Amino acid sequence: MADVRFDHVYKRYGSNTPVITDLNLHINDHEFLVLVGPSGCGKTTALRMIAGLEEISEGNLFIGDRLVNDVAPKDRDIAMVFQNYALYPHMSVYENMAFSLQRHHVSKAEIDQRVRRAADMLGIKDYLNRKPRALSGGQRQRVALGRALVRDPKVFLLDEPLSNLDAKLRVQTRTEISRLHQQTQTTFVYVTHDQVEAMTMGDRIAVLNAGVIQQLGKPQELYERPANLFVAGFIGSPSMGFFNGSLAWSPGGDALITIGSGEAAHTLTLKGAATGQNAEQSTPNGQGVIFGVRPEDLRLASDDAENTLPGVVDVVEHLGNEQLVYLRMEGVVTLENAETKGVTARIAPDVTLRPGEQVSLAVEVAHAHVFDAKTGERIV
Amino acid sequence: MKTTDPLDTAGALPRALPTGALDLEKLNEKTGAAIPPPSLTPLERLKRLASSSSLTAIVVVIALIWLTPTFGIFITSFRPPSDIQASGWWMAFAPPWHFTVSNYVEVINAQGLGKAFINSLIIAIPGTILPTLVAAFAAYAFTWMRFPGRDWLFLTIVALLVVPIQMTLIPVLNLYVSVGTATNNSIQLTGSYLGIWLAHTAYGLPFAVYLLRNFFSALPSDLIESARVDGASHVGIFTRILLPLSVPALASLIIFQFIWVWNDLLVALIYLGGNPDTSPLTVTVANLVNSFGTNQYEVLTSAAFLSMALPLVIFFSLQRYFVRGILAGSVKG
Repeated sequence: MADVRFDHVYKRYGSNTPVITDLNLHINDHEFLVLVGPSGCGKTTALRMIAGLEEISEGNLFIGDRLVNDVAPKDRDIAMVFQNYALYPHMSVYENMAFSLQRHHVSKAEIDQRVRRAADMLGIKDYLNRKPRALSGGQRQRVALGRALVRDPKVFLLDEPLSNLDAKLRVQTRTEISRLHQQTQTTFVYVTHDQVEAMTMGDRIAVLNAGVIQQLGKPQELYERPANLFVAGFIGSPSMGFFNGSLAWSPGGDALITIGSGEAAHTLTLKGAATGQNAEQSTPNGQGVIFGVRPEDLRLASDDAENTLPGVVDVVEHLGNEQLVYLRMEGVVTLENAETKGVTARIAPDVTLRPGEQVSLAVEVAHAHVFDAKTGERIV
Repeated sequence: MKTTDPLDTAGALPRALPTGALDLEKLNEKTGAAIPPPSLTPLERLKRLASSSSLTAIVVVIALIWLTPTFGIFITSFRPPSDIQASGWWMAFAPPWHFTVSNYVEVINAQGLGKAFINSLIIAIPGTILPTLVAAFAAYAFTWMRFPGRDWLFLTIVALLVVPIQMTLIPVLNLYVSVGTATNNSIQLTGSYLGIWLAHTAYGLPFAVYLLRNFFSALPSDLIESARVDGASHVGIFTRILLPLSVPALASLIIFQFIWVWNDLLVALIYLGGNPDTSPLTVTVANLVNSFGTNQYEVLTSAAFLSMALPLVIFFSLQRYFVRGILAGSVKG
């Protein structure tokens, strides 16, 4: 049990641009921290640096109070679950789980007790004598978890442990890992590219892109106040819809966002948006902005309602409790990292909408997001 | 596969479809690629040919032709000398049948082949184990340890594969002699088993390192890293993970190396110097050919078959270690 601290850590391969740039991250004791980001963002590299499998080019890494830059993996007292399970194929499940304890010279009786307890927790005690090849994917992944679990390590590292499981098993195992964390009360560092996993499991989430932390915070914070366009597009499923717009400030401190131009222009009023933010000074009138709205913040409304935008229904997906309506709208921006393109609205299931239909959508402006079009940083 | 309905696939991924057209296009592309082209490529024709029974028949015939001389030696070695002089070995199958083991008794006792057989074992067993062991350590280091100049060193060792043995005989022998002089003959490398063990180890290493390194580097790196995180040292990873997983490669290497050392005449002749007390089978059989010429086939055939026997045993007993799918269940994909 220990905290993990990255202190101005860099990772470079040769003279290329760094894979990880100036990483500062304090993972608290007992915390479940998720590193999330698109592939190649450096999240796995960061995890492997904690494990000691990747050298640190610059900066310091602490586990507990100990500087571990030059400590070998075997002396770090960490356990890691690999994306591909990495089970020892020639050993039985029992031997796989006992391997690390044997390396640490734990007594036979205690190894037996710990392996059986972990197998019990994971529901694999009936397979202890089997070889990995006789197990299904889900069972293999549980053995991999068990192998880490018996260690009782300071830090638990998980590298996309669910990505090789099918959808159903993924949801089950997700819950199991959350339960394991509650039971063991160990520090967990979890790497994934799946924002749903990140949102559901993490105490805190660090969103990485191109080797830089974009935002660090509780799942709800990331969802409600994404710090920049990248996080806004990455978190949430379906993704937030984005529009090109321009910003003006009213004397009362309201932000006026104009989307579209000429006759098609619509203006949304964000009441009291400037309060206490000093946004007015930093963003002048007429500044180009990206306006973001989550699917649940769009509602069907009559044309004369306040803060509406017109749209045309493109595709309708019925999910039973709601329907997802994909819309064609004026001024839509497509972000590269967003899971879904275009604008989506969550609509109650009892409304009948046909593709091609003209609709008017009221925007819940209190929950709207405004980003600087140039820097991508959050304004409101 | 042929008739995959693109809509079917799309239905399973509702979220992938918001903008419709683009994704459907991609799906269509994929489906299109899955339909096999109407005409067969030359490669496919070759594959069909390979699976046909006529090819099997050709292979069997070639194998039979290849085996006939060996089989002839085998039969001849069990015939009495008078029969060998009188008729070809195939006549042995016509009655009256005369088979005898006296030829073997003669070569093993009177011609010293029994002693030579033991000598061959004394040379071949360490001459196989030493290079295999050293090569395994080296291949491990070349694959999983980081040190400066690693790749260059490995390339140099592989480059040594092209050096002909004959080129090294005189320099190495010189070295052996000077080691003897320098140590007042307390380390005797010429004419001793130690010298020939070292020679075979050195000659075998480049290929052995090359073979094992290729095999090791094909093992999933996750496995080794997992063991490192689990607390295994390099020795632990080598003995507990790598060796058990490398059994197929080690078995084939042992077969290669053993047969090459067992059949070696040149190296033994040069470094052991033809002393009958230490000579292996190859040297002794060569001497028999010189002294008996082409007249006494009974001695030569039984001697030849004796020298052939052990490699056959080794090959067939290690064959079962060529296991496919030794990594099954370890990693996904």
